[in-house]
Amino acid sequence: MSATTLNAPSVGFGAIVGRLTRAREASILLAVLLVVAAATIKNPNFLFSTDGYRDLWLTPSLLLLVAVGQAVVLITRNVDLSVGSILGLSAYLTGRLFIDMPGLPAIAVVVIAIVFGGLLGLINGALVAFAKVPALVITLGTMYAFRGINVLWTGSDRINASDMPRGFLALGTAQVLTIPVLTIIAVIVLIAVAWWMKNTRGGRECYAIGSDPDAAHLYGLPVTRRVLTAFVLSGALSGFAGVLYAARYGTINSQAGAGWEFDAIGAAVIGGVAIFGGVGSVWGAAIGAALLMTINRALPVLGVPDFWQRAVVGVLIIGAIVLDRVLSLRQHRKLIEERETQR
Amino acid sequence: MTAQTTVTTSTTSLRRIADYDRPLWQRLFLTRESAIIALVVIVVVFASIVVPNFGSKITMTYLLLDIFPILIIALPMTAIIVTGEIDLSVASIVGLSSVLTGVLTQAGVPFGLTIVLALAAGLVAGLINGFLITAVGLPSLAVTIGTLALFRGIAVGLLGTTAVTEFPEFWTDLAKEKIGSTGIPVVMILFVVLAIAFAILLHFTKFGRGVFAIGLSPEAARFSGVDVARTKMLLYVLSGAVSALAGIYFTLRYGSARGDNATGMELQVIAAVLLGGVSIFGGRGALHGVIAGVVLIGVLGSALRLANVTSDVINIITGALLIGAVISTSVIAAVKNRRRTGKKLQIAGARAATTA
Repeated sequence: MSATTLNAPSVGFGAIVGRLTRAREASILLAVLLVVAAATIKNPNFLFSTDGYRDLWLTPSLLLLVAVGQAVVLITRNVDLSVGSILGLSAYLTGRLFIDMPGLPAIAVVVIAIVFGGLLGLINGALVAFAKVPALVITLGTMYAFRGINVLWTGSDRINASDMPRGFLALGTAQVLTIPVLTIIAVIVLIAVAWWMKNTRGGRECYAIGSDPDAAHLYGLPVTRRVLTAFVLSGALSGFAGVLYAARYGTINSQAGAGWEFDAIGAAVIGGVAIFGGVGSVWGAAIGAALLMTINRALPVLGVPDFWQRAVVGVLIIGAIVLDRVLSLRQHRKLIEERETQR
Repeated sequence: MTAQTTVTTSTTSLRRIADYDRPLWQRLFLTRESAIIALVVIVVVFASIVVPNFGSKITMTYLLLDIFPILIIALPMTAIIVTGEIDLSVASIVGLSSVLTGVLTQAGVPFGLTIVLALAAGLVAGLINGFLITAVGLPSLAVTIGTLALFRGIAVGLLGTTAVTEFPEFWTDLAKEKIGSTGIPVVMILFVVLAIAFAILLHFTKFGRGVFAIGLSPEAARFSGVDVARTKMLLYVLSGAVSALAGIYFTLRYGSARGDNATGMELQVIAAVLLGGVSIFGGRGALHGVIAGVVLIGVLGSALRLANVTSDVINIITGALLIGAVISTSVIAAVKNRRRTGKKLQIAGARAATTA
């Protein structure tokens, strides 16, 4: 699993790793394209009708944001189960802000919701980083707590589309050059996070921490700070996804975003992010999210009753981790061979 | 997880040595398990006085009927978490076996055979988990997130949005039957039998010592002759079978087999197990604490419902209790280390916990 992050013994190895990683994201992308192609051949409306084309872009956008945040947390060898609850809370907050403070400009609401999500992420991060408790337990706890607060706050109440300004809701369907604005926003965020993970010191340190937390600590990396950053980022992106959820769907009840945590982890895992850290990229997680959501929409078109969607998702996740395992075993063997021949 | 276990071991062994310089009664009663049991007693006494009707027989009956599935699934889950692994797919196996019970009953299969087949399905589901984790060598967290979706998907796929609601009356009555006039449901006998079996298996057999040894250090366990793969495999199969049993009960209790039965129960089970003092790092935990953990969450929920507090507050309380329980462990350990062994070991202890 950590084989890819070992120091490259030779120049050739670096190239192999590069090719392998690229191949991984490329193959998932190929799978997305195949699914789209198959569905389109069966029913041209899947791609060529206005609605079909728009949904193709729109549907993965929200999960993409959450999956990108989740991927960063996973890469530091942590996990964030509370993303769905954070999404639900900030979606409801968005609606409430529009109702209770009508004078507030939409952009302020968006910023407030993102900051709010970031704060919830900070709670997770602080508990994980300072109280030295495993992320799985902490975020399981906050998942319950945040959802409970949401239900307590919302009750049986619901926010309807009519409660929100039309300009804000238009964001959910607006397009630039035939591509929905929501998708453009999600992709910009994706590029920014991907750049941060790949090129900055902070991002590289996240990988180092995930590969071996003890070594990272001994080496003097700011483990606490990076883990905090990862959780704040994940929270803020979930908060952002909450705002977009409000804009896209218009109705928000107390169960908004329930179950998204497993979808987000699934998307990241399908995209090649190792569940025990240090391996993978946010690009992979994003493409994984696209694959998950596209398959969900394509199955009914392909004649599979949509009740089987979850089963297909499960097979995909298991297939992805088995594939990762096989690849890493093969690479491990190749490394040993290389060492033997060079000696 | 494997990378951390070595570090975790050092703290546990340190604590172990410290444990033995206390008198026997302290070692027996000043434990996390006792703390949870005491908390259950306090909540029950407090609720019986403050909340009207909480002390009545019918409240207890329904409380026990409600928590029965969580109680029995928590037994194998405890063993799995003690080995340092996790099983997120239990609720999906509950759903799958519930749907199978419904589909087979609808097809006219005799109910006795239906039970056997549903249990067998749970067994196979556990085998799939165990195979992927032990033979293929995949991390259990990722595998069971996958099978969580897979088994739930098969369950929902088999029945769609329809539900089967016709079941033999004898069996649905049995699920709700009480022992004489005590108000204790008959199914609790099943739970007691299972609990005793698991307690013996986990705390009083060579196999059980192996389970704890794996949690402390898989390598050390292997070198001392524990068959790590076979142990884990057996635990996952047990977990699958018990979850299937819970699924059959769930179907009969509510008289309805649906694909989305028991959605999200895996997290309730895990929350209760961790609340009961089982360490997520593995190697530490005891069944009486876990049972107290399940009962605590159940009693709180039931008392709050009777007190007309929105039952949703229970989510906040569950979350807060869980976080409080794990944080208190870290804090107590840190304080103890500082007092007993000075600065140096405290740093070692704190660092071991960082590797979450």
